[in-house]
Amino acid sequence: MHKFANPAKFNRLADIILPWIIGLTVLAFASGLYYALWDSPADYQQGESVRMMYVHVPAAWSSMFIYLFIAVASFVALIWRHPLALLAGKAAAPIGATFTALALITGSLWGKPMWGTYWQWDGRMTSVLVMFFLYLGYIALWEAMEDDEKAGRAASILALVGVVNLPIIKFSVEWWNTLHQSASVMRMDGPAMPTEMLKPLLILGIAYQLYFAVVVLWRMKLEINQRKIDVMRRIAMSDEG
Amino acid sequence: MTKPLSTAAIFKGVVARDIRLAWSQGGTGTMALSFFLIAVTLFPFGVGPETEILARIAAGVIWVVALLACLLSLDRLFQADYEDGSLDDLALSPLGLVGIAFAKITAHWCATILPLIVVAPLLALLLNLPSGAYQFLVLSLLIGSPALSLLGAIGAALTVSVRRGGVLMSLLVLPLYIPTLIFGVGAVDAASMMGNPLPHLALLGAVSLLSLLIAPFAAAGALRLALE
Amino acid sequence: MVFEGLHFAVGPGDYLHLKGKNGSGKSTLLRLVAGLLPAYSGTLTWGDSDIAGAAAARSEDMIYSGHQHGLKPVLTLRENMKSLYQLMTGLHLDDETLEVSAEGFGLLRLVDQPLKYFSSGQTHRAALLRFLLLDRPIWLMDEPTVGLDSENRARLEAFMQAHLDGGGMIIAASHDPIGLLGRSLDLDGFKASKVHLEQWL
Repeated sequence: MHKFANPAKFNRLADIILPWIIGLTVLAFASGLYYALWDSPADYQQGESVRMMYVHVPAAWSSMFIYLFIAVASFVALIWRHPLALLAGKAAAPIGATFTALALITGSLWGKPMWGTYWQWDGRMTSVLVMFFLYLGYIALWEAMEDDEKAGRAASILALVGVVNLPIIKFSVEWWNTLHQSASVMRMDGPAMPTEMLKPLLILGIAYQLYFAVVVLWRMKLEINQRKIDVMRRIAMSDEG
Repeated sequence: MTKPLSTAAIFKGVVARDIRLAWSQGGTGTMALSFFLIAVTLFPFGVGPETEILARIAAGVIWVVALLACLLSLDRLFQADYEDGSLDDLALSPLGLVGIAFAKITAHWCATILPLIVVAPLLALLLNLPSGAYQFLVLSLLIGSPALSLLGAIGAALTVSVRRGGVLMSLLVLPLYIPTLIFGVGAVDAASMMGNPLPHLALLGAVSLLSLLIAPFAAAGALRLALE
Repeated sequence: MVFEGLHFAVGPGDYLHLKGKNGSGKSTLLRLVAGLLPAYSGTLTWGDSDIAGAAAARSEDMIYSGHQHGLKPVLTLRENMKSLYQLMTGLHLDDETLEVSAEGFGLLRLVDQPLKYFSSGQTHRAALLRFLLLDRPIWLMDEPTVGLDSENRARLEAFMQAHLDGGGMIIAASHDPIGLLGRSLDLDGFKASKVHLEQWL
């Protein structure tokens, strides 16, 4: 039925690719962390706490990237009924939710020395929080239904509705903030960043995405194997009569 | 079967049936309205009776509670029909499932949300809303609340086959409600602080229109899934 | 569910009886024909046109009644039937047609009672009323005889026979045979299994 979606073929392909990406991931993390922790300057205002950025910003990037990944997977799953695309979305969601949580937690830990408070109802923070809720909804919908195929397609509809809404939510939340609060917001896009800081940031950004690729492949293999077991059980049961 | 088919008549029939059901025994109309009244009156107990504080939060309280009342009633929007089998009949109607979803959303708004809007000024009075803001409270609810029914219907359709899906539905729908809430309250706040509420109302209308474009299709897709 | 190599055709005046054990897929097949389920592969044709996946195009030729009756307990039988009729045709159901049909199943006295007061047998008969009210060639009936006493069973069989005599078609899924001439299809012979299992191995 789905010639291009052969799970066994996918498993074999994943096994070939995985060692290479794992190697690249280790390399990227090692060099990125070296630059981030030792070979980059402390900020003249923020001091050493600026190094929080190297954990925080790539996590925030990943949270958005993975949401987009899920949306594309959902689209493919709904239009072409591609079973592996459903699994890709399912496998990616907890990783995305974790990165979003990481971005929120590191952000608030960074915020304490910076602004003197753990949480601000700032537009950017609030919209990331909302994205975290969308991730939770997607995961919960997968969990709520017994039939995986149905659960996956329902969750895919939600993911697509969410992707339409996400820019609106982000836009409205940022607008709301400027209306209600004085802008006490640190902005990344203000002064250009020195290259010694930009280099580790970008390397770690890539490292995070590579890490995502590794884990999502692992999780997809896991899902495929679970289905294999499930199918074997069913066949064994029907042979029993 | 050469008779021309009146889809408008089917649409009207579904709307009338659902409004009727919402206000008969076991319907959600009275429930949502009572919830709205009681929940709003809880706030003075929670934050104290100082009129300035109440006046400041009045718009937000009314909008948030209206949103929650809507959410409570959406739980049964498709589930009742799913459980008794009439969703099969609705799906087989010549109107098509998208039209049916839209008819049911329309009925939900008329039967459940409109009464809330009617009593909202009364509750605003209890919360001491500044006098210039009343018409904008009603206007913002009229323009924005269709988005609540529309977006909520997506959540209701997605969770229709889930037992006790109400909690799950809140998790899915509440994040989507945020823009409506922000612009709705923004319009009333602007009016009560001598600002210009029109940009907020325009954005609120845009959110409702966009929801109108998405929701009937997404809800119909989710319902079709539930019927399989 | 998968029905491998399943093939059947129903023409004017034909009665097809679907039989099989619980879980053999009788209801699934009926829902598939009704257009409530998508067919993953295979064809479903009505006349010359392929109708798989185009429910609205053929729903005007069919009446389907499933396990659940689809009636609202708070509404009276009259209100239930009027809203169903309007839903399916967009037209107003006149009282006389309704009363004549209700009489046919011995429900005339109950026409203005809310469904919540109906016994399960009465509710089931109320659900069968749709076949008399809507004038459509194809009847899809899931367990039409369940809960009927012998008198009402005879009535139902008479209505079904009249429908066939008038050139109608009936596909009925039922445990016990219905006293009509026609073919029967035993679904136990087809291995019904969940779709796309093998691909995971």
